[in-house]
Amino acid sequence: MSATAPKPAPAVEAPAASAGASERRRRAVRLATDSTALIFVALLVLLAIFSALKPGAFATVNNLRNISIAAAPLLVLGVGMTFVIITAGIDLSVGSVLVFSGVIAVKVMTALGNSGWGVVVVGTVAAMLTGLAWGLVNGALIAKARIPALIVTLGTLGAGLGGAQLITGGVNLRGVPRELVTVVGVGRLFGVVPWLVAVALVVTVVGAVALRMTRFGRYTFAIGSNAEAARRVGINVDRHLIKVYALSGMLAGLAGMISLARFTNTTIAGHSTDNLQAIAAVVIGGTSLFGGVGTILGTVVGVFIPAVLQNGFVILRVQPFWQEVAVGVVLIAAVYVDQLKRRARDRL
Amino acid sequence: MADSPILELRGVSKSFGAVQALTRVDFAVRAGEVMALVGDNGAGKSTLIKCIGGIHPADGGEVRFEDRTVTISSPKDSSALGIEIVYQDLALCDNLDIVQNMFLGRERLSSFARLDETAMERAAMQTLASLSVTTVRSVRQTVAGLSGGQRQSVAVAKAVMWNSTVVILDEPTAALGVAQTRQVLDLVQRLGEKGLGVVLISHNLHDVFEVADRICVLRLGQKVAEFDAAATNQQEVVEAITAGKVEQVPGMATEATA
Ligand SMILES: Nc1ncnc2c1ncn2[C@@H]1O[C@H](COP(=O)(O)OP(=O)(O)OP(=O)(O)O)[C@@H](O)[C@H]1O
Ligand SMILES: [Mg+2]
Repeated sequence: MSATAPKPAPAVEAPAASAGASERRRRAVRLATDSTALIFVALLVLLAIFSALKPGAFATVNNLRNISIAAAPLLVLGVGMTFVIITAGIDLSVGSVLVFSGVIAVKVMTALGNSGWGVVVVGTVAAMLTGLAWGLVNGALIAKARIPALIVTLGTLGAGLGGAQLITGGVNLRGVPRELVTVVGVGRLFGVVPWLVAVALVVTVVGAVALRMTRFGRYTFAIGSNAEAARRVGINVDRHLIKVYALSGMLAGLAGMISLARFTNTTIAGHSTDNLQAIAAVVIGGTSLFGGVGTILGTVVGVFIPAVLQNGFVILRVQPFWQEVAVGVVLIAAVYVDQLKRRARDRL
Repeated sequence: MADSPILELRGVSKSFGAVQALTRVDFAVRAGEVMALVGDNGAGKSTLIKCIGGIHPADGGEVRFEDRTVTISSPKDSSALGIEIVYQDLALCDNLDIVQNMFLGRERLSSFARLDETAMERAAMQTLASLSVTTVRSVRQTVAGLSGGQRQSVAVAKAVMWNSTVVILDEPTAALGVAQTRQVLDLVQRLGEKGLGVVLISHNLHDVFEVADRICVLRLGQKVAEFDAAATNQQEVVEAITAGKVEQVPGMATEATA
């Protein structure tokens, strides 16, 4: 934020302006107790442990690439989910919207002949618009009809998946442009970064900037913090909520395209826990389910902790079921830390 | 000063379902004048200013600003007119810091639509300093960590930072200590001297008499009296607050919901 910008000369009579140095110290202290920092350290510790135990298998460029590719779609979902949860909302529909958008994209691309970059671009736009449409439905029902987000997105979770199965007859659609699979799916940018990871990175950076440095992000925090206060300063709370759910839907559409590039078919049955994984990642990353608090960086870490655990356990030949147990423990711990912080705050 | 009111309500009514919170209230504040609004709990004071602020638009009656009839149907409308309000419940965002709260909804932007945090921080510090708010450690601390009085100071600072024409304060000193109360009362007086229209809601008649030019008394949602502060005394005002004559207007409740 403003920390790096040079401070202007404080007004002579401003007693609060002497805050500079002590403020820097306070920020350092806050960082040490910050849950994002804690969870980041936890990730580093995990990486260190697995690297020490299996340096030859775990700490290789190839393996880290695999972890990142597996994490990419979840990261894209997680960015949207972070915005949603900061408004004190929830979006359970992302996995279904992902599948539904992928189905629409395949239909569109097939109709266009299924080859060439133009078709890939049109397919991507179709997937994102489809996701956007679902998000608008979610947002409108939540903001205007005032139905709780949990119920609305539970409804669209069912409707989206059912719709996808109706369109496909329950059979996964295959047939996507070769470019999508051979270049985007398995190719690498500059021969180093997998394309799927690059896409997820761009989404993450744009999301982080939007959340921290723009009005859109500021209003997201304000609404999650005190929606009535936001309304009183003239923020159009309903419209902002609709935009936030639309963003989540649109990113789910993009994640659908990433999934197509990776698996070459619509993987209808493969995303039933995406929503919970995304929510877990966001919450592990320090975003509060009560709204008003959260970071994209935290979500990145929250996505990678389960991904690293999964990968590390496989390499160590630990039964992979332990990964789910471990993630569950981390999730509960993260929410507990959030509760402790809130309690400490309310005692003030 | 100027004789025509800068902000005027004529026959404003407001009901919440069966509760008739305001019944044909006339209310006016002139530029350069401090108008006190007093009345018992539930008299309708906060409701009246929420009508002005566009939070609960009035059901009936007319709002006039600088001799024009205006429609205030949202908070944006009232702030566009230059009306700033400190609400009784303060309406701050706990998770945002002081600067973020003070600029909420009116953030300054730098290039590429980025928030200009440096400029906002500087302006916030200056405003707080000009109000002699010296007890906050940092303008970057979240509002959740402030004391009740500090929160009230931030809410007041948030309202006076803009080039406004009318400032309305709903019990702005309720949680303040002696020194801070002094500051806010001085501020109220200064705003009046600067030529703004100021409305002060308070239960503390001592404070009211210290700064107000006129005193408007509400009782049970109706205006029961208006005094020239120089030509009345506390006892008269207390009588109006507790026993002011309320005229019964038959059929109002049904008419107002139309
Ligand atoms: N949002 C609302 N919904 C329903 N009734 C309301 C609402 N706001 C106010 N009222 C009612 O309107 C009446 C006037 O309330 P108001 O808050 O304006 O009183 P007040 O004069 O500000 O009192 P106080 O001195 O306690 O702040 C009360 O009877 C109250 O119950
Ligand atoms: Mg009140």
